[in-house]
Amino acid sequence: MLKKPLSRRTLLQSSLAAGAMSLAPLPSFAEPQWKKYAGTKLEVLLAKGPRGDNFQKNIKEFTDLTGIEVESEQVPEQQQRQKAVIELASGKPSFDVVHLSYHVQKRQFEKAGWLADLSGFMKDPNLTASDLVESDFSAAGLKYAKDDKGRLLSLPWSVDYFILYYNKEMFEKKGVAVPKTFDEMVAAAEKLTDPAAGTFGFVGRGLRNANMTLWTNFFLNYGGEFLDAKGDILTDGPEAVEATKLYQKLLTKYSPPGVAGFNWMESMASFTQGRSAMWLDGVGWAPPLEDPAASRIVGKVGYTVVPAGPKGQYSATYGDGIGIAAASKNKEAAFLLCQWAVSKKQGARLLQAGGGVPFRNSILNDQEVRSGVKLPKEWVQSVIDSAKISKLGLPVVIPVAEFRDLVGAGVTATLSGGDPATELKKSHEQFRPILERSEKS
Amino acid sequence: MPGQTYFPDQTMPQEKPTKSAPTKAWRVPSYWPFVLPALVVIAGIIIFPWLFTIWMSLNEWKVGAPTTFVGLANYMRLPTDPRFVEAVWHTIVYTLLSVILPLVFGTFAATIFHQKFPLRGFLRGLFIMPMMATPVAIALVWTMMFHPQLGVLNYILSLFGLPAELWVFHPGTVIPSLVMVETWQWTPLIMLIVLGGLSAIPSEPYESARIDGANAWQMFRYITLPLITPFIFVAAMIRMIDAVKSFDIIFAITQGGPGSASETINLYLYSVAFVYYDVGYGSAIAVVFFVIIVLLAAFMLYMRQRLHWNQTGGAA
Repeated sequence: MLKKPLSRRTLLQSSLAAGAMSLAPLPSFAEPQWKKYAGTKLEVLLAKGPRGDNFQKNIKEFTDLTGIEVESEQVPEQQQRQKAVIELASGKPSFDVVHLSYHVQKRQFEKAGWLADLSGFMKDPNLTASDLVESDFSAAGLKYAKDDKGRLLSLPWSVDYFILYYNKEMFEKKGVAVPKTFDEMVAAAEKLTDPAAGTFGFVGRGLRNANMTLWTNFFLNYGGEFLDAKGDILTDGPEAVEATKLYQKLLTKYSPPGVAGFNWMESMASFTQGRSAMWLDGVGWAPPLEDPAASRIVGKVGYTVVPAGPKGQYSATYGDGIGIAAASKNKEAAFLLCQWAVSKKQGARLLQAGGGVPFRNSILNDQEVRSGVKLPKEWVQSVIDSAKISKLGLPVVIPVAEFRDLVGAGVTATLSGGDPATELKKSHEQFRPILERSEKS
Repeated sequence: MPGQTYFPDQTMPQEKPTKSAPTKAWRVPSYWPFVLPALVVIAGIIIFPWLFTIWMSLNEWKVGAPTTFVGLANYMRLPTDPRFVEAVWHTIVYTLLSVILPLVFGTFAATIFHQKFPLRGFLRGLFIMPMMATPVAIALVWTMMFHPQLGVLNYILSLFGLPAELWVFHPGTVIPSLVMVETWQWTPLIMLIVLGGLSAIPSEPYESARIDGANAWQMFRYITLPLITPFIFVAAMIRMIDAVKSFDIIFAITQGGPGSASETINLYLYSVAFVYYDVGYGSAIAVVFFVIIVLLAAFMLYMRQRLHWNQTGGAA
């Protein structure tokens, strides 16, 4: 009960205040019920690397936000993939949330039904922040995360585009312009190669299996498609032969000797020592190149997109996601965790440290986030530009490891003088029955 | 001694012979309680996995897909699989080189370390150090040393005016280069075994040989070598079983590459089972691989036994 009668002035002030409140902007997005699953305990299996580090370093924030306890372990990539597959196949995985490598595991995980469908969670405002919408993920990310029925089986976490790293100092010394096409790249490589001085125009992965992630950049830009409508593999067609000829030329004439045994590590060593002028590889290697303790070319590295081929310009794209085991009993809590892992805050941290590139456009396009990136501006630009020309870098089939091994061995054989068409034919004679068998099963 | 037994029930002849008491109930031999735990363990960790591996090899068994019985189809695939055939060939070459070279160098080193010279103990200790290191750590160091541009090996060659080699980065030189690592690491083991053999040789034969005017080579060829041959055989058998199943050094340095130039059966088996998840086919390879190892070991044992009989005047 009011002790004093309501004055005209008080009424006016109250009305104004109420009016002002209605005019005040609403929060830009609604928050899910973060605390609803407090007390739940989640287990997470991560692949060792910057994503895993970023996750573990900041996980306390998630626990403070939700009250959910998280136990996570980082396992080296190869072993993590094996552990995940073996545990998921057992039907009783020890983890709720799993970090998966899309370009290797997507089809296998989908076909086996190991991941929970997240489509329903994404529509539930109690579980999903309103800024987390499918359209915020890049097209490549969604293609990786969704199965052929359109179900979202994971959240795209970090994308790996192939870009061209080049040594500015070597380019300037020889008066070579940054290549925009494959022809220009070959011409530049030729000019920059001087075996007597121990310097070479190009370096890239020659080792079987690892080399396929480089080779597909050539294949895609020669107009290649991995599979036809019936699911048959097309990587021995005319585009593949042309791509292999280019690969053979670059790696035998303008690359350091022994490149047939080079993985990314040996390639990076050659590039960081100033022995090779161009290196085509994943976008994530900028931090070691700009680290004075590990590189002799700090501040001299240029970053640009993969040069265009005769039939287009694409950057072969790989990536990883974070999903929930279908057998998990804590799917809702696990979804909150996945959402946090791909959140704007976590994504910004990842990008700014150069540890990965988030699939979410809202993070990449945020000027504030971009300005916090410690790496050169050119690197950020190459990431933004690559996003526009990204295309999946490996065929989405179950036996992707066999594909990389067998076709990769054929491609490597061309470095010791093998004929591209013959080697590709030979390796596909081995791969086709494997593909048929696995798709049938 | 042959024929000697420690089982108490077999050393009690005073008990009634079983033949004369057919009506007597069969008694569980008294040694069973002692044998049973070992049998259970062997059945659990050796026999069951083997039977299960054989069963898996008879199925189309891919992780994440339903299994189907296919009989011997996985075995039929083996001779037509060029990677497997190539891997068998690589395994043979790799094993032969990895046995012969350490044997030659190890025996040579043992004869040197058998002599008396200053700092012998210290140098022996130094010599066996490679054997004590972890193979994967060694492999990583060698990978850096092999680098054609930045590695120390090519630098050393350049000091002598020799051309740079591609070592593990070329299909033609990869297996000899890997064998070099194996030889470096395992020569000390052969040296230790042969050294043990040398120390057991009496000095009299040498004294009489010296009186007869034998030179150093003749003494080695006609006295030392025959007497240490049984030890060399033991060393060869251990080395061969080790080399044939070698995995860590090859995997860490080349992963079977360049291409598949250093892919041995073991590496191929690993890829099939744990990278392609084709457990059925992988099991078939494992079974064949096991048979090969058993045959090789049996052959070596037979040779050793034969040699032993010959030396002791037994059956030839």
